[in-house]
Amino acid sequence: MSGLDGAWTRRWIEAIAAEVAARKSELTSLDRAIGDGDHGENLDRGFQAVLGKLDALEADAAPGAVLKLVATTLISTVGGAAGPLYGTAFLKGAMAAGDRAELDARALVEVLTAARDGIVARGKAEPGDKTMVDAWSPAVDAAAAAGDDVRGVLEAAASAAEEGAAATEPLVAHKGRASYLGERAAGHRDPGAESTALILRAAAATS
Amino acid sequence: MTVGLVIVSHSARIAEGVVELAAQMAPTVRIAPAGGTDDGGIGTSFDAVQAALAAAETGDGVVVLCDLGSAVLTAETALDFAEDPERIRIADAPIVEGAVAAAVTAESGASLAEVLAAAEDRGAPVAEDAALPSVAAPAAAEDAAVVLEVVLRNEHGLHARPAAELVRTAGGYDARVTVNGVDAKSLLRVLALGLDRGSTARFEATGEQAAEAIAAIEALADADFGE
Repeated sequence: MSGLDGAWTRRWIEAIAAEVAARKSELTSLDRAIGDGDHGENLDRGFQAVLGKLDALEADAAPGAVLKLVATTLISTVGGAAGPLYGTAFLKGAMAAGDRAELDARALVEVLTAARDGIVARGKAEPGDKTMVDAWSPAVDAAAAAGDDVRGVLEAAASAAEEGAAATEPLVAHKGRASYLGERAAGHRDPGAESTALILRAAAATS
Repeated sequence: MTVGLVIVSHSARIAEGVVELAAQMAPTVRIAPAGGTDDGGIGTSFDAVQAALAAAETGDGVVVLCDLGSAVLTAETALDFAEDPERIRIADAPIVEGAVAAAVTAESGASLAEVLAAAEDRGAPVAEDAALPSVAAPAAAEDAAVVLEVVLRNEHGLHARPAAELVRTAGGYDARVTVNGVDAKSLLRVLALGLDRGSTARFEATGEQAAEAIAAIEALADADFGE
C-alpha cells in the first residue's frame, strides 16, 4: 500500500464502528468502574450515526472529508465527554489532512499529531492523568519515529496506544469523572484510553 | 436588551430547574436550558447547546453555566463553531449559584464582562472583602460616604429574593455601594452575610450618585425589599 485514500478512510471508520459495537459492553464496564458507565453506549451511538451518514458522502471523498463528517457526527451524537474529545480529534485530523487525496506516512503523522493536540487542548489533560491522552501521546510519538511506510506508522501507533492504555491501570485520575474517585480509580483501566487503542488498532488492521 | 444565559447540564431537569430558579429573580433575562441528550438521557447535547445559545442571544452576548466535565467540553466545542465566539463566555462557576448571580446582574443591564464576573464571584468571606482597599481604606471614608442603617423586618432577613432586589437597585447607580462592608452589587456576597430578621444592615455609598443610590435603597428598605 502506498498512501491512505478516502476509500481506506471509510473502511477504517466502518471497522471502528464494528469493533465498538462488538466491545460496547466491555467499554461500558470499564467506565462503570471509574466513571458514569456510558462510554460504550455513547461511542456506539456515535459511530452508528456515522455509518448512516457515510453513504451520503461523495464516492470519491478525500480522507479529510471523511474525517470531518466523523467529527461533526460524533460531536452531535455521542452525548458524553468522548463526543467533544473525539469530535475535536477527528476535526483537527481532518484539517491536517486538508484536501489531499492520499495520506503518506508523513501526512499520517501530521493527522495523528493534530488529533492528539486537539484532544489535549479540549480536555486539558496531561500524560499521566489517566485519560485518553495516555494512549494518544505514546501513539503519536511512536508514529513519528516509525519511518516512511504507512503500514509501519499505523502498527507503531496502535501498539503504543495499547501499551499506553494498559499503563493507565495503576494510575489515579486527575481529569474527568474518575478524578472524583481519588485512589479508588487505581487498578482500573481508563475507558477513553482503551477506546483510543481500539480506534488506532482498527486503523492498523484495515487493509 | 440584557445579556442572556445558557444552562448546560447532564440532566434536563437540572437545567430546567436552574432556569426556573434564576428566572424568578430576573424576569426579563433570556435564560435557555440545554440539559440531557437528544433522546432524553443523561449527558450533554451539542445540538441542544447550539440551539440554547441562539435562543439566549439578544445581541448583548451570552454567559454559559455548566455542571460537570463534558458539559464544559460540549460548550467549548460549540464555541469553536460559533460565528462570534467573542460574545459567548463560559463561566468558571458553580452552576446554581453562578446562574442566580449572573441572572440578577444581567437583569440590571450589566455588560457581558460584568455578568461573567458576577457568576465567577464566589462570595468570598466578609473579612476578605473588607480588606479590599476601596472599601475599608481611609481614603474611602474621606470621600464622604453616604450612610444608611436599616433594621431588617423581613421574615427571613436578606434572603435570595430581597437580596436580588437590593443588588438590582444598587446596580442602577454610578456609585460604590457596600452593605456591612461587602459589595452590594454582588448577590453572592450579600447572601454570604446571612443577614437575618432584626439584624442591622449598614449601607455606605460613595461616588457620583451615592446619595441617589442610598435614597433608592432607603425606599426599597421601607417597602421591605419588595416583600
